[in-house]
Amino acid sequence: MRSMADQFREPIVERVYTLNLGPQHPSTHGVLRVLLDLDGEFIVKADPVIGYGHRGHEKMGENRTYKQFLPNASRMDYLSGLLYNHGFVLAVEKFAGIEVPERAKYIRTVCAELNRISSHLLWFGTYVMDLGGFTPFLYAFDDREHILDILDRVSGSRLTYSYCRFGGVCQDVDAQFVDTTRSFLKRFRSRYHDYDNLVTKNVIFIHRTRGVGVITVDQARQFGVTGPNLRACGIPYDMRKIEPYEIYDRFDFEIPIGTKGDALDRYRVRLEEMEQSCRIIEQALDRMPGGPFWNEAATFKVRPPKGEIYFGFESARGQTGYYLVSDGTPYPYRCHIRVPSYGNLHVLTEVLRGTMMADAISILGSIDVVIPEIDR
Amino acid sequence: MGNTDGSDWVRLIVGLVIVLAFSQLNALFLVWLERKVAGHIQLRPGPKEVGPFGILQTIADGIKLVGKELISPAAADRKLFPIAPILVFMPVLVGFLVLPFSPDLIIRDMNVGVLLIFAFSTFSVLAILAGGWASNNKYALLGAVRSVAQNVAYEIPLLLAVLSVVLMVNSLQFSHIVEAQNRFWFIFLQPVAGIIYLICATAETNRAPFDIPEAESELVAGFHTEYSGMRFGLFFLAEYTNMFIVCAVATSLFFGGWNGPFGFDLNIPGVVWFLVKTYILIFIIMWVRWTFPRLRFDQLMNFSWKVMIPLSLANLMLTALVVKFV
Repeated sequence: MRSMADQFREPIVERVYTLNLGPQHPSTHGVLRVLLDLDGEFIVKADPVIGYGHRGHEKMGENRTYKQFLPNASRMDYLSGLLYNHGFVLAVEKFAGIEVPERAKYIRTVCAELNRISSHLLWFGTYVMDLGGFTPFLYAFDDREHILDILDRVSGSRLTYSYCRFGGVCQDVDAQFVDTTRSFLKRFRSRYHDYDNLVTKNVIFIHRTRGVGVITVDQARQFGVTGPNLRACGIPYDMRKIEPYEIYDRFDFEIPIGTKGDALDRYRVRLEEMEQSCRIIEQALDRMPGGPFWNEAATFKVRPPKGEIYFGFESARGQTGYYLVSDGTPYPYRCHIRVPSYGNLHVLTEVLRGTMMADAISILGSIDVVIPEIDR
Repeated sequence: MGNTDGSDWVRLIVGLVIVLAFSQLNALFLVWLERKVAGHIQLRPGPKEVGPFGILQTIADGIKLVGKELISPAAADRKLFPIAPILVFMPVLVGFLVLPFSPDLIIRDMNVGVLLIFAFSTFSVLAILAGGWASNNKYALLGAVRSVAQNVAYEIPLLLAVLSVVLMVNSLQFSHIVEAQNRFWFIFLQPVAGIIYLICATAETNRAPFDIPEAESELVAGFHTEYSGMRFGLFFLAEYTNMFIVCAVATSLFFGGWNGPFGFDLNIPGVVWFLVKTYILIFIIMWVRWTFPRLRFDQLMNFSWKVMIPLSLANLMLTALVVKFV
């Protein structure tokens, strides 16, 4: 039996309390929920909870033909939908041995890189907004709007594209497409200067990002972090260079890397990547050949041989892969998708520990996760 | 404090009615202005549908707020929760009592005017804490705690900066301070104090880049997360009225109040000079808000304790020495 005095000596309140961040929180980008154990404003433990956006895309893949699954691909990561669409088409083409005309390859590359820029622009805007700067968000959306208009004109959709088809693309591009793309590149490069002055050189922004949320190389390897988050740690790992697919080996571009792996490095890598995408687009536009844009006959009957294939490509968030198993029927036996956001998100359990609540938002934003891609 | 005969009471009641009307209209105008300024900074037009240039938009929004249900969370403190919005708005109104709009347009020209206005503005921190605590919401509580820490930290350099001016005039009466600036505004004689005051005033009114108590990307809406309808509206009104008051005080202390620059008043009435300068300062605060990202909480505190307070103390010492020996 404890004495009264002992009971008084025991701490009355628990120091650590749990804060439920999301899924309806303004900064959790989609439907992420993070359970934060806080000691004052410091994070003791962070536990991401996923699954709020589950739609069963992988299962859908098993009871649809390859062609029917095509629209699903761009709905997993809706911010880089065209890249997912492109990747799926490439995987099936490789699996079923479909020939693609040269012109289609160039068109696809241009559109995919445009989509990469639009995805990075959206990240740029929302990240600065997470840090409390509202204005750059609308500047970035203004630029992104031009890309959406260009892609809307050729593909007919603005967000979830099904532009790439097995054996090519569904519509040819014309001279106006080339012109508007070129004028966009010119405009976008002049905007770089604005972004530099408004954000990159801003003292408050630098203080909020430098040394914040450092991901070490070991942590990155352990959790399978890929994409700009990995490159910010100083590892030049990009599927476009490591295992060149499509025609990426024909272009002259660099893989920007960081040094420290903090939020500022991730920011710089993404901004530099947009510039590299511009370079790829320019070269592709210069060299674009004529000829057919779609080997349409190839799409009538897509039936890959018995076996399996893993095809990895670089989406805006890192290495994405389609793992397809075929039993010789028009339906894939298994359709698994490797998404980069899963590893990128779960490294947070390590990175967030010991940081402040306000930094958690900064780190979460700098990682650039798309939750429906994880839940799929 | 003077006599208390009948005319004085009439003066007070008329003043109160005018103040209430002015503070509401001013807040409506400022919300509209904020949205217009934000819009034009962000390459969009801002409100433009309701009334000419969208000027009636905030009135429509205000009517909507009045018509909304007042929701109280089940676990909220039943007594404190409804009181907090009133508590936050009341001290803001008191500030109008001593503001010197023109030589004739001061409701009460008290000999402790400067002291009174800052004493009452501190009061709103208590109301914010009460609101955050009574909501029984972790986000609201975090916001309230941050707000208190921030206000305590920034009140010190703010008052030290004001003290430098008070030392020069040797009076706490607003009319005396303004009269002393009929040739040179104090911003030219006390530039450090003036800038410190403006920075601290931005922090006092919880505006970006110091809007940490209501950082929407971290704390949803901070201390007023759980408030709805006109209770939320009162917090909103208080914020904008407070912004007017800190800018009006800055105008009287550093920018010459009703005086024109360098003794030229160009036959423009004093009250126009006063309002023009106040609204220019408000515009600058809005401009800052839509340009900068937000500081982190600990960086904010460091900035106050390690930069602002030593700087304002040094400035005060220097002022004291100059006043004594020159």
